[in-house]
Amino acid sequence: MKDMLKRIPEQIKRLAVVIAVIITGVVTVRYFILPSSLTDGRFHRQSTVERETAKNIVFAGATICGNCHGDKAEKKKAGYHKTVNCETCHGPAQSHIENPANKPAMSGGRDFCVFCHAYDQSRPTGFPQINPVLHNPLKACITCHNPHDPVPSQTPRECSACHAQIASIKTVSPHALIGCTSCHNVPEKHKVSPRSVRPTKPDTREFCGKCHRKESDRKDAPKIDLATHGERFLCWECHYPHRPERM
Amino acid sequence: MNRRKFIKNAILFFPAAGVFRHLLKDAQAKPGNGKYDPANHLYGMGVDIGKCIGCGLCIEACKKENNVPKEPFFCRTWVERYVIKRDGSVTVASIEAQKEKPRAEETDVLRSFFVPKLCNQCDNPPCVQVCPVGATFATEDGVVLVDSKRCIGCRYCIQACPYGARYLHPETRTADKCTFCYHRIVKGMLPACVEVCPTQARIFGDLKSMASRLVRFTRINKIHVLKPHLNTEPKVYYAELDGEVR
Ligand code: HEC
Ligand code: HEC
Ligand code: HEC
Ligand code: HEC
Ligand code: HEC
Ligand code: HEC
Ligand code: HEC
Ligand code: HEC
Repeated sequence: MKDMLKRIPEQIKRLAVVIAVIITGVVTVRYFILPSSLTDGRFHRQSTVERETAKNIVFAGATICGNCHGDKAEKKKAGYHKTVNCETCHGPAQSHIENPANKPAMSGGRDFCVFCHAYDQSRPTGFPQINPVLHNPLKACITCHNPHDPVPSQTPRECSACHAQIASIKTVSPHALIGCTSCHNVPEKHKVSPRSVRPTKPDTREFCGKCHRKESDRKDAPKIDLATHGERFLCWECHYPHRPERM
Repeated sequence: MNRRKFIKNAILFFPAAGVFRHLLKDAQAKPGNGKYDPANHLYGMGVDIGKCIGCGLCIEACKKENNVPKEPFFCRTWVERYVIKRDGSVTVASIEAQKEKPRAEETDVLRSFFVPKLCNQCDNPPCVQVCPVGATFATEDGVVLVDSKRCIGCRYCIQACPYGARYLHPETRTADKCTFCYHRIVKGMLPACVEVCPTQARIFGDLKSMASRLVRFTRINKIHVLKPHLNTEPKVYYAELDGEVR
């Protein structure tokens, strides 16, 4: 063994030492000196997530506007535009929230409404569309329609005439034989001015419990323990009331 | 200090400093106050074709929220207009984000509709598999992100995405894509496109929450995903999807 070592020429030995030093050097740098975020996937992912999370918010969200513009929010909530958020029309408004002096966009012109309401054959049937060339062409839309509560037009009688989707879903559901009016109290006026006169909607868990709680004497309804089932959520946060399922 | 001593000290000092730093980093990386825990969430989006009116406000809102360049035509989300004629021909065109004049009416149309598209945030993402530097990855809460510091702009992922959801950002020269507005959703807000959709054609939610709107949406509708045969397991769920949509 010693012989073998001795037989290795001096310059090779020195070279070996140099190489060994380089290798330890590289290993030290790679594993100890370089910040681990450079080499560990976990850290670079974490820093990417942090960078994403820190990005600026531009749209403030639908709920906050009502804090200061309660009148507008209330009005809109009951009208045809209830699904149209403030920022859909007024543009991003986070900077307005931070400083109300930064006023959001206001486009009262016809072009803006037409953008959503002009007739287009690709649009779902039933979405209210007009022919902008023929529909009161000379006036701004907002002279006749309040943008926050556009005026409704006349409509017919039966529940299913206006709530066709709900009615057709319900006819094939376990609740098919339960009439609309056993869950909703519907004033006769609702059929004439449906938005200003509203039927009631169940608002407590106990309501569904009438038929579904263990103690109920309604035999054909499956039973649950009202105290524990679904915890603190309302029943219809999980079950669609017009087509309940076991899931 | 002689030379020998100096070298000796140096040999000891540098690795020791390295080890110390390593320990420090680890200590800092410990999860913080633990308010938002990604392990409790899994995000997805529902798209109701029957409700989309093709207004394009989602495209515009996305660009504003995420600094997507206006020109040329790059988008993180876009809307396609399908026109299917009686003779069976299908034309698909991406609608413009700008407000546009009413489209010319076409004849012999069998059916026509709009299809909003975006990154499907696949559970089994092809883009992640092809990235040579590991710059793109799926977070625990189910969103595929790009590390713009690591991305080398090689475009493999853009090629690999079967949904065409990625593009090369002209300013950073790195791959860019929809993040479900990650910076919003971790704060409990909705993605910008969902926020502005006037007809609730886009539904956003947490698949891990029984009480989320998305879960209800997927139960009360017949759901399809795009290109299911590719086994990418998308988390964008379409209701009333026409058989012709690719
Ligand atoms: C902190 C309270 C506050 C909140 C929250 C707020 N606003 Fe305002 N907003 C104001 C004030 C104050 C004005 C100025 C009223 C004035 O000068 O007449 C204003 C004015 C406006 C105007 C009229 C601008 C004009 O040119 O006259 C619009 C539109 C508007 N807000 C939209 C919004 C929207 C959309 C939101 C929700 C994203 C919102 N605001 C949230 C306080 C608020
Ligand atoms: C359908 C589009 C649309 C939606 C949705 C909408 N607005 Fe407006 N809003 C307008 C238009 C158009 C005007 C301009 C009216 C005018 O010039 O008289 C306006 C005007 C305003 C003004 C200033 C004028 C005034 O009457 O004081 C405020 C404040 C405002 N909107 C707040 C809101 C808030 C808050 C919401 C959400 C609850 C909202 N808007 C939702 C279209 C909309
Ligand atoms: C971002 C899209 C959008 C814009 C912009 C918009 N609307 Fe609407 N509008 C809707 C939606 C969604 C409905 C509800 C449709 C439904 O009930 O199915 C609606 C309903 C209506 C209705 C009721 C139609 C009916 O069923 O009788 C009127 C009137 C109306 N809008 C007028 C306007 C006017 C005026 C403007 C401009 C100030 C405007 N809209 C701007 C989306 C929009
Ligand atoms: C001179 C007043 C006036 C102006 C201006 C006007 N409208 Fe109307 N609009 C009406 C009346 C009245 C009705 C209800 C009558 C009806 O059902 O046809 C109506 C109905 C509508 C409807 C419901 C149509 C349906 O099929 O349910 C929409 C949507 C609408 N308008 C949008 C607009 C838009 C968008 C503009 C601007 C480009 C506009 N209107 C301008 C008076 C006006
Ligand atoms: C003339 C058409 C019409 C008829 C008929 C009609 N509804 Fe409605 N109903 C409406 C409209 C419009 C709304 C408002 C929908 C909205 O806000 O989206 C509504 C809302 C409701 C709501 C929800 C109220 C709320 O506060 O959200 C219930 C429940 C309801 N209707 C039940 C019924 C029942 C049950 C019948 C049959 C006895 C019936 N409706 C008949 C048009 C009608
Ligand atoms: C088993 C009880 C039950 C029956 C039967 C029932 N509903 Fe409802 N309905 C509910 C509950 C609970 C809600 C409230 C859901 C919510 O707040 O999300 C509701 C909500 C509604 C709404 C508000 C819009 C919505 O989808 O949330 C309308 C409209 C409505 N019902 C119409 C009808 C009509 C029309 C019928 C008959 C075809 C009917 N309902 C039968 C329990 C019932
Ligand atoms: C008037 C009594 C009555 C009321 C009130 C009622 N249900 Fe029911 N429900 C029934 C009956 C009866 C059945 C079983 C029908 C069958 O499958 O034969 C049922 C079935 C169900 C089922 C099981 C469906 C399945 O697949 O087996 C669920 C879930 C349910 N209801 C949820 C609700 C919810 C949520 C409410 C409150 C909005 C409610 N029910 C209110 C009578 C009622
Ligand atoms: C957090 C979600 C959630 C809520 C809230 C909830 N449920 Fe359920 N429900 C479920 C699930 C999941 C099932 C199916 C699994 C099971 O049988 O426990 C179910 C099953 C049922 C069944 C069928 C049971 C059977 O034996 O077939 C009925 C009836 C029912 N729920 C009624 C209700 C009523 C009434 C309420 C309100 C008091 C309610 N649920 C609230 C999630 C929920």
